[in-house]
Amino acid sequence: MRVYDVELTSRLLLGTAQYPSPAILTAAVEASGSEVVTVSLRREAAGGREGQAFWSLISSLGVRVLPNTAGCHSVKEAVTTAQMAREVFDTPWIKLEVIGETDTLCPDVFGLVEAARILSAEGFQVFPYTTEDLVTAERLLAAGCKVLMPWGAPIGTGLGLTNVYGLRSLRAHFPEVPLIVDAGLGLPSQAARAMELGFDAVLLNTAVAKAGDPAVMARAFALAVEAGLAARDADPMEPRDMAAPSTPVLGKAVLG
Amino acid sequence: MKIIVNGQPREVRSVCLDALLVELRFKHIAAATAVNGAFVPRAQRAATQLEEGDSLEVLVPMQGG
Repeated sequence: MRVYDVELTSRLLLGTAQYPSPAILTAAVEASGSEVVTVSLRREAAGGREGQAFWSLISSLGVRVLPNTAGCHSVKEAVTTAQMAREVFDTPWIKLEVIGETDTLCPDVFGLVEAARILSAEGFQVFPYTTEDLVTAERLLAAGCKVLMPWGAPIGTGLGLTNVYGLRSLRAHFPEVPLIVDAGLGLPSQAARAMELGFDAVLLNTAVAKAGDPAVMARAFALAVEAGLAARDADPMEPRDMAAPSTPVLGKAVLG
Repeated sequence: MKIIVNGQPREVRSVCLDALLVELRFKHIAAATAVNGAFVPRAQRAATQLEEGDSLEVLVPMQGG
C-alpha cells in the first residue's frame, strides 16, 4: 500500500494509548508488525519527563509515527495542533480529527474539510478521520487528501463495521484512493471483513490496548488483516441462496 | 508578570519565550509552543515576547489513538 510517498507492507496501523504499561505497549507494537503508530500531543508539568520517556520508547521501536489532532473540536484547534505536531514529531503526516459531537465522537465533516484544505496548502499530508459519506470524501480529496480514513464505528466502541453498505459504496466509488478503516473495531474478524471489502488497511487502538493480553490480540489482528487481504486477492466465490453439493453426485452408490 | 501556562496561572520573570522555557524547565525537551492559541515555531521563540495575561501552551509527545 502506498500512502503519499511511502510504501507500507503492513496493513495494520496501531494506536499507542491506554496500554497497561510501556512494556506491554512495546510488546503489542512488535506483535502487530505495524509500521505506523499513532501518537498525540498533550500538556505536561514542567520538565516533561513522561512525554520524553514516551517519545524515547516510540523512537526505539523503529516505526513511523502518525500524530493526531484528537480532541480538537474546531478548525483552529486542529490546525494549530497539527502545526505543533509537525515540529515535535518532524513529519508532514497528520491524522486529522475535528470532532463534531461528544457522545459519538462523530467527525465534524464541514470543519474537517476546511482544516484539510488549510493543512494541505501548508504542505501537510493529511489522513482525515471521516465518516463513510461519499460527498465528504469527494470534498476531502478536492481539499488535497490522498488517503481517506472512514470510521467503522464510533471510537472506542468495538462495534465493528456498522455501515457495511456505506463502506462498500465508498470503496466502489474511489477504487484508486487508499482507504483505511479507522476506529470502532473490536475483534479481528471485523478487521478481516474490512480487508475483504477491499479496504487497504485498518487503524485501531482500544481493541488491542484494552484486551486482556494486548500483545496476543495485536498478533490476532495482524493475522486477520493478512487473512482478509489474501482472501480478497484470491477472488472469493459468489454467495448463493440454495445449497449446492460440494461432493460429486456422480458415482454415488445406491444403498437405500 | 502573571501568565497562564498550560491552563495554570504562573508568576514568571522572563519575557522572551526562549528564556521563559528555560525558566519553566521546558528548554531541553521535545516540545511545541503556542501563545494565545497561535503556534510559535522553535525558530521564532527568541523573537517572541510575552505580555501580562498571555496564555502559553507547551505540548509534549503523548500516547494517542
